[in-house]
Amino acid sequence: MNNEQDPKSLEPSDSSRAPKDGVNLPILGQVSRRTAIKGAAAVAGATALGVAASPMLKKTLEMSAAEFMQRHFKELTDDDKQQIFERLENDARQQYAADVQIDDQPPIPGVRFGYAINLSLCNGNGKCMEACHLENNHDRATHQSYIRIFEMPIGTTDFEHGSTSYDHEVPQKDHYYLPVQCFQCDNPPCVSVCPVEATWQESDGIVVVDYNWCIGCRYCMAACPYHARRFNWAEPTISAEEVNPNQGYLSNRIRPQGVVEKCHFCLHRTRLGKLPACLEACPTGARIFGDLMDPDSNIRWVLANKRCFTIKEELGTKPMMFYFFD
Amino acid sequence: MKANEITSQPLGAAETRSYWASYPRFLWQSLRAATDGSAWFYGWMTLLTAVALVGVNGWAHQFSNGMIVTHMTDHVSWGLYIANFTFGVGLAAGGVMMVIPAYLYRNRHMHDVVILGELLAVAAIVICTLFIVVDLGRPDRFWHIIPGLGRFNWPISMLTWDVIVLNGYLLLNLHICGYLLYTKFQGRTPNKWWDIPFVFLSIVWAISIHTVTAFLYQGLGGRPFWNTALLAPRFLASAFVSGPIFLILTMLILKKIAGLQLPSQAIKLLVQIVRVTILINLLMVASELFTEFYTGAAHSVHAYYLFFGLHGHAALVPWIWTAIVLNVFAAILFLNRSALESPVWLTAACLMGLIGIWIEKGMGLIIPGFVPSTLHQLVEYTPSLTEWQITAGIWAFGLMVYSVGLKIAIPIFRTASQDEQDLVQ
Repeated sequence: MNNEQDPKSLEPSDSSRAPKDGVNLPILGQVSRRTAIKGAAAVAGATALGVAASPMLKKTLEMSAAEFMQRHFKELTDDDKQQIFERLENDARQQYAADVQIDDQPPIPGVRFGYAINLSLCNGNGKCMEACHLENNHDRATHQSYIRIFEMPIGTTDFEHGSTSYDHEVPQKDHYYLPVQCFQCDNPPCVSVCPVEATWQESDGIVVVDYNWCIGCRYCMAACPYHARRFNWAEPTISAEEVNPNQGYLSNRIRPQGVVEKCHFCLHRTRLGKLPACLEACPTGARIFGDLMDPDSNIRWVLANKRCFTIKEELGTKPMMFYFFD
Repeated sequence: MKANEITSQPLGAAETRSYWASYPRFLWQSLRAATDGSAWFYGWMTLLTAVALVGVNGWAHQFSNGMIVTHMTDHVSWGLYIANFTFGVGLAAGGVMMVIPAYLYRNRHMHDVVILGELLAVAAIVICTLFIVVDLGRPDRFWHIIPGLGRFNWPISMLTWDVIVLNGYLLLNLHICGYLLYTKFQGRTPNKWWDIPFVFLSIVWAISIHTVTAFLYQGLGGRPFWNTALLAPRFLASAFVSGPIFLILTMLILKKIAGLQLPSQAIKLLVQIVRVTILINLLMVASELFTEFYTGAAHSVHAYYLFFGLHGHAALVPWIWTAIVLNVFAAILFLNRSALESPVWLTAACLMGLIGIWIEKGMGLIIPGFVPSTLHQLVEYTPSLTEWQITAGIWAFGLMVYSVGLKIAIPIFRTASQDEQDLVQ
């Protein structure tokens, strides 16, 4: 920091107090040359800082004060929500040239959703992944989906032997197919770790994310044992005609850049009594969805009559997604 | 070195008591000390400024284009930033290894230079905070994590604990440094009630920052590589290697380049501390490795990937073996008394230890937690150029904070301690 020839330099110089070397700049009068140089350096530094930071400008100007100041979803009144939904619809029009309706379906009291997959029927055709991709306005560039299907050799349940990148005719001999998505755990580690409560479990068991509150720290992605969460590494891309206009604030609206998202059991559909898009698209009938509280539901029949298991049960996450073989 | 002008000006009793008059003078004096220096000092600060600006530019691009400019993925969702954050917390905590001898054991030599450790804590926490900020996908929503303003998921989320302990540690050390410097500047003896309780609190707090940071990782049941009770003790052991080593290096540089007369006993004591902690750290690493490799369960797959590679993927293998070799050599050198007599070998041993711990706690700890991912997919990670730019920028800024702190503190401290010696004589 200082050279050995000049050990005194650690002491404060008195040059600014007594400009005895007489190299005062004419305009600045009493200010010594050293102080003037310091000032010039400070100006140059500030300019360089401005130039270095300038790529931020555009993004910053795009952000409205209302967006910046928006409160957590649970603190919003119905009026707040309407204003926010309108603002987001406007954003979608401007950014994606798409006319969309954003709404908020609250959970139905007394309902608890559960999902089961019959692994004897699933043949890995991938229609569920595709349906999720379209329904949930996923990024087209990365062909994102909340579902991934593991092609597993018969004789193991170890994912290490599975492959999600298969690209051939299905089903393959001696293989079975295991689709995974968010299991909407009853004891969700992703919710516990979130420092700002941007993700929480609703009364019907669905774990949701407020995309306008998430700070993008990705601690939930580290905490999830099932690789169920995705991050928007860039602004999602999607063409206007492909946008699904029926959107939920906590579900399938087009996500902002820099936030985490995940499967929400298509709550904008299922809370209206419809089925999840992935189930509707499944040609094999492997998927069974329903209300765990309703004793007459299909899902209850499966749980009562099939030998079901969950993934990584030993972690105590209590997944609400069950698997079984016929 | 001659006494500086502050003490050469006799302070009137009234003026000494008037904080309104003396505190602005203290700040002004500090500002001047921070901006006046030799050509070496200006060169060093200009270099750091330039690197910091490169970092600012990288971050500005990341801010507008998204985290896509990093090489992190949904599989490896934390990378170089969090790796450096973890190391930085260790550095901050490690500074306490000067505070403990100085205050707990009343070591006089350490007492004279203890401010180095406290300033290191301040600079390291600044570094840590910046690494968290650049890792956020939405830095504009930073206020959501401020208690009272946003929604603070305390006490459930360990990250909120980390916010509390890191900021608390920053405030504690700012208070201690600021108070000591201000009183020395005034030529007063510090009031022990404004000093000692905070120092003792900071000792406990130093342990807490690294424990809590380890808990961030070790509490995750879905990440077996981190989900071990040994993580927090290991973090502390390695912090007590990297912190003292950084302080030894600081003192060597101040001695060599600034020609300062620092008590050699302080360096000797720090060397003795590292001699022990570096072995404890290696022992804990060995214990981890034994559990992983002897058990050979499915959970060991991360350690296999880290040390030997998996299915032809071996991006971390050169990193971790570099760390192991450096740490072992550093340990051997630290055990060799005669080698450490030479400043060259001491510097070499310190650099080896520092880089070794940086890798072991950074790339060697954070990345393998994600590879293979929780459903055993093997996606590798190497930092992008932007990540390196931002990382270098943050370190440069942290070193600026540290350098400015030292620049302000050393003249004040030196004059004060010389005065004390004069009094003794």
